[in-house]
Formats: sequence, C-alpha cells, structure tokens
Amino acid sequence: MEYALFFAFSLVAIVSGIMVITQKNAVYSGLYLLLTFFCLAALYILLHAEFVAVVQIAVYAGAIMVLFLFVIMLLNLRFESDSFAPPLPRMIGIGVGLLFAVQFVWIGLGGMGAAAERNIPEGTTAALGMELFTKYIVPFEAAGVLLLVAMLGAVYLAKRKHN
Amino acid sequence: MDNTVFTLLPLMILVGFSLLVLVADMMLAREQRPALGIVALIGVIVSLISCSWLWNAPQTAWSDMIVSDHFALFSYIIFLVSTGLTLLLSMRYLSEEDIQFGEYYALLLLAATGAMLMASGLDLMTIFIGLEILSISVYILAGFARRNERSLESALKYFLLGAFATGFFLYGIAMVYGATGTTNIKVISQVVSEGTIRSQSFLWIGIALLVAGFGFKVALFPFHVWTPDVYEGAPTSVTAFMSTAVKAAGFAAFGRVFLSALQPMHADWTGILWILAVFTMFFGNITAIAQRSVKRMLAYSSIAHAGYMLIAIIAGDANLSSGSLLFYLLGYAFTNVAAFGIVIYLSRKGETEFDGKDYAGLAIRHPWLAFVMAVCMVSLAGIPPTAGFMGKFYIFSAAIKAKFYWLAVLGVINSVISVYYYLRVIFVMYFEKPAADYVHGTLSLGMKIVLILSVIGIFQLGTVPGSVMALLQNSMMVFQ
Repeated sequence: MEYALFFAFSLVAIVSGIMVITQKNAVYSGLYLLLTFFCLAALYILLHAEFVAVVQIAVYAGAIMVLFLFVIMLLNLRFESDSFAPPLPRMIGIGVGLLFAVQFVWIGLGGMGAAAERNIPEGTTAALGMELFTKYIVPFEAAGVLLLVAMLGAVYLAKRKHN
Repeated sequence: MDNTVFTLLPLMILVGFSLLVLVADMMLAREQRPALGIVALIGVIVSLISCSWLWNAPQTAWSDMIVSDHFALFSYIIFLVSTGLTLLLSMRYLSEEDIQFGEYYALLLLAATGAMLMASGLDLMTIFIGLEILSISVYILAGFARRNERSLESALKYFLLGAFATGFFLYGIAMVYGATGTTNIKVISQVVSEGTIRSQSFLWIGIALLVAGFGFKVALFPFHVWTPDVYEGAPTSVTAFMSTAVKAAGFAAFGRVFLSALQPMHADWTGILWILAVFTMFFGNITAIAQRSVKRMLAYSSIAHAGYMLIAIIAGDANLSSGSLLFYLLGYAFTNVAAFGIVIYLSRKGETEFDGKDYAGLAIRHPWLAFVMAVCMVSLAGIPPTAGFMGKFYIFSAAIKAKFYWLAVLGVINSVISVYYYLRVIFVMYFEKPAADYVHGTLSLGMKIVLILSVIGIFQLGTVPGSVMALLQNSMMVFQ
C-alpha cells in the first residue's frame, strides 16, 4: 500500500514537473508547479514528516504560489513567444542533461534501499522545535541574518530612490 | 577565553556593526554617507581584535556546529583584511559612481559574516547557510550600480547561475546525509574512515555535486562561465571583494569538507580534482593572454589562480594543504585588492571599456602607482621576493611531498605562461608613451592606505613567510 502510494505520487510529481517546463502558457506552468508541490507534500506524509508536509502546503502551495501567479498575471506573461536558445545548442543541452540524469539514476539505483534508515522522532512538531532551538540554534539564527540580507537587497534594488 | 559562547564573537560584531550602519544611514545626509564606511571599518578592526582573543583556545562549540580552530580564525583574518581594504577603496568610488548608499557597507559586512560561517562551520548545514548569506549579499552588491546596465546584467547572470549551483550543492549535502546519516563533518570523517557508510554510490554522487557547487563559487574550469562577465560588469570595488573574500570563503569551506570530512576517501576524489585543476589553470592563463581590458584579464587570471589553489587541496595532507592554501589566499587578497584599486583609479567615470591605453606611460605620470601595479603583477606572476612566489612555492612543494609530481610541473609551466600577460602590463606602464588626453586625478586617502598596506603585505609575506606559516601549523583541530 505504502509503495503503491509512493509510486503514484512520485509519478504524478515527475510528470507535472516536466509539464512545468514544457508548457507555453506561464499560468499553466504555475498550476502544474502547484500540483508538484502537493505531490511532494504527500510524499513527506508517507515519510512521516507531517510537519514538513503541512509547511510545504502552507508556504509553498499557499504563499509562494500565490506570489508566482500574481507576478505572472501582473506582467501579463501569457504566451512564451520564442524559446531562449537556438535549436542546436538546445538539443545539445537536453542531450547532456539526459546523460547526466541517466548516469545519476544508474549510480543511485546501486545505493537504493541502503540509504539512511528512517529515524522518526515522536511528536514531530515539538521534536523539531526542540532540535531547532537547541542543537541547531546557530544555523537557525544565521537563517535570520540570511533573511535580513534578502530583505535589504529587495528593498534596495526595488525601492531606494536616488535622491 | 574558553567560554564557548564567544566563538561566534567576530561574527556577532560584524552583524552588530552592519545594523549600526543601517540605522546611521537613516540619520545622515547624503554628503555625510562616506562616514558609514568608517563605521564599517571600525567594525572590521574590532572583529579582527576579537579573532586574536580567540586564537589561543581553539575549540568546537554550539553542539559541534562551529569550530574556532586556527584554520577558521586565519580564514577570518583573510576575509577581514579583504573586507577592510575593499571598504577603504569604496568610500570615494561610490561617490564618483553616484551610488553612495549605506546598504553597500552593511551588505559588505554581512557578506563577510557569511564567509566566516563557511570557514568555521563544522556542519554542512552551517556551511550552507553561510554560503547563502555570502552569495545573496554579493548578488546584490554586483547589481549595486542600479542604473548601469552592465552591473544589472552581471547581477542577474550571477544570481541565476548561482541559484543553480546552490541547488547542486544542497542536493550534494542531501546525498552525503543519505550515505552517512549525518551532516556533521567530524562524524562524516569518522563514518567514512571506519567504512560504515550506508551507500557508497550515494556518497559518490554527493561528492560530485559538492564539487560542482564549490567549483562554481571559486570559478573552476567547467563552472567558470559566469566569471568574466560578472567581474567586468560589477562595480570594481565589488569585483575586488569577489575575487578575494568570496574566493577565499569558497576555498575555506572546500578545504574543510574535502580535507577533513572526506579526507579518508582522498584517493577516490583526487582524480577528478586533478583534471579540474589542470584544465582550470590552462584555460585561465591561455584566455587571459588574449584579453585587452585589464579588468577582464584579472578575471581570467583569477580563474587560473583558482587552479593553483585547488592543487593545495589535491595534495590532501591536512596540515600542509591547509597551511599553504591559507597562505596563498592571504597573499592573493593583498595583491588583488591593490590591483583592482588601481583599475578603479585609472578607469574614468561612466566608462566600462578600457584597455592598455590608460596604463601607457603610467610610470612617468605616477611613478609610485606604476610601482605598486608592477609589484602586484610580479606577485600574481609568482616571481620572488613577493607573496605570490612564496604562496606558489608552498603549494607546489605540498604537491611534491604528496607525490603529485606532474601536477606540480604543470603548475610551474602555467606560472611561466602567466608571466607573459602580467609583464605586458608592466611593459606598457614603463615603456609606452602616455596618451595625450590624460586628465590628472588625485588619489583618495583610503586608496593610498590600501596601496601602502598591500605593498607591505606582499613583501612581508614574500620575504619572511616563516612567521605566518608558523601560525598555520596543525591548523585544523578536527584531526588532533
């Protein structure tokens, strides 16, 4: 049962991921991205990471997708008229990308099943909070600095007037 | 000082001063803003002093997230030196370019904080967040001249490719975690050396992705494509910072991960890095010969230097490698900031393309300036008695001690190739007639200080290197 669900959700995630980059209409791309996010959330639940799943839906599928669609509609990016690269370089790019992907899957299959065993903490949200504020306090605080930098950059690049 | 809380003191000081700069920015009139550079500079100096307090008590702290060994502290010194010198260069330059804003100084300090987190991170998570703080600050700084199209193009290019590289890096961390069950560098090293890895193939994928991520940050050969355009388009003071502090941070984290976490697998990863180093050196040096613009030539030269620095990591001996790497980075910081300072001085406002013409006959117009530029070029080429020579000497001897004879030979061949284009700058300065339409400018006080400090630094490291190398004995305490 778990495996069946895993494969179903993975398949939908991969297919809609491909649709995101092949759609000509930016709004459709955005909606397929939404679908990918939901499938990922489902995969997190299968891994017993309920908190991450909820955050995935609330933050990615909720807030970030609204922003995406808002920007797409604001800029009126309806149809992509021309592709970025001329045909030959694009074909080479796709070829190299596929080669890379095949190589990865090939090596990865060798290590399947042996990877880190699942270590399910009890009461995930509370456990996560404890870890975040004890063991991982330095990266957590540093992430605050990171947000400060991002905010500073957004305000400067978008708003600051040359007075 | 043995209280573990204080291991983050140099970083906290920088964050504090960057907030101070932002608040002070609100209160100052436009003409007074260069004073913010002084505030930031004080922050850098206070942070340097706090590093010396920490020096005698290397330790790990914060549940093994942070280590303040000599490797980390010496890296801090390199970042602070190049940040301080960049600040001195910037104060006048920003006014000339009409981008005198407090955010610049705050972002420079925050970028240095990110760099420090990368050097002291004992956990891949800490290193990753440091990398992001550094990268995002520098993306913004590259596009800081908002009304200049080249600057914006440079920022966008750097951001798009950089975001991609970040994805690779993070995926690499995930793979390493999958293979070893931990993100802690000490524990990874234990797991790898005891052979209790859960999946060898995941670890290999992880290593490949980490190499791609680091390779982008330090501009190694197949990941270098962004370098010339970004270096050329960004404000020149930011380019000086990118080519010194950002590169040093990339190599510090690269060194930490490969020389400690993955050191037990040394024999497995040297092959790929060997090829990257050789291609990087040849590509950088040969393309640099063809460049007409000095700023672009320095960009390609910085690719070539990444190749030399990679040799230190390939040597793989924690003590020799980290010592020679840090020594090289410090010398490179002094040399490159000074060289870019002279590029700033000689480029006229609004002009982005400038070639050898501006340098012709510099020895007649500004004998001292020409002398400093000549010293920088000689140091970059690796000719004694400069820092560049001693740096290369230590790196190549580390390679020879580790029995990488061919790599050392190829490194020396590349140094010889590079002499051609560095000496050409000297030739133009000393033997060609100055252009008739030359407008005489003045050096700002900050610039003078930068040039004097750099020349002292270059000769100090080049003539009495032993005192610095002595500080770098057993710099990575993870091994002890």
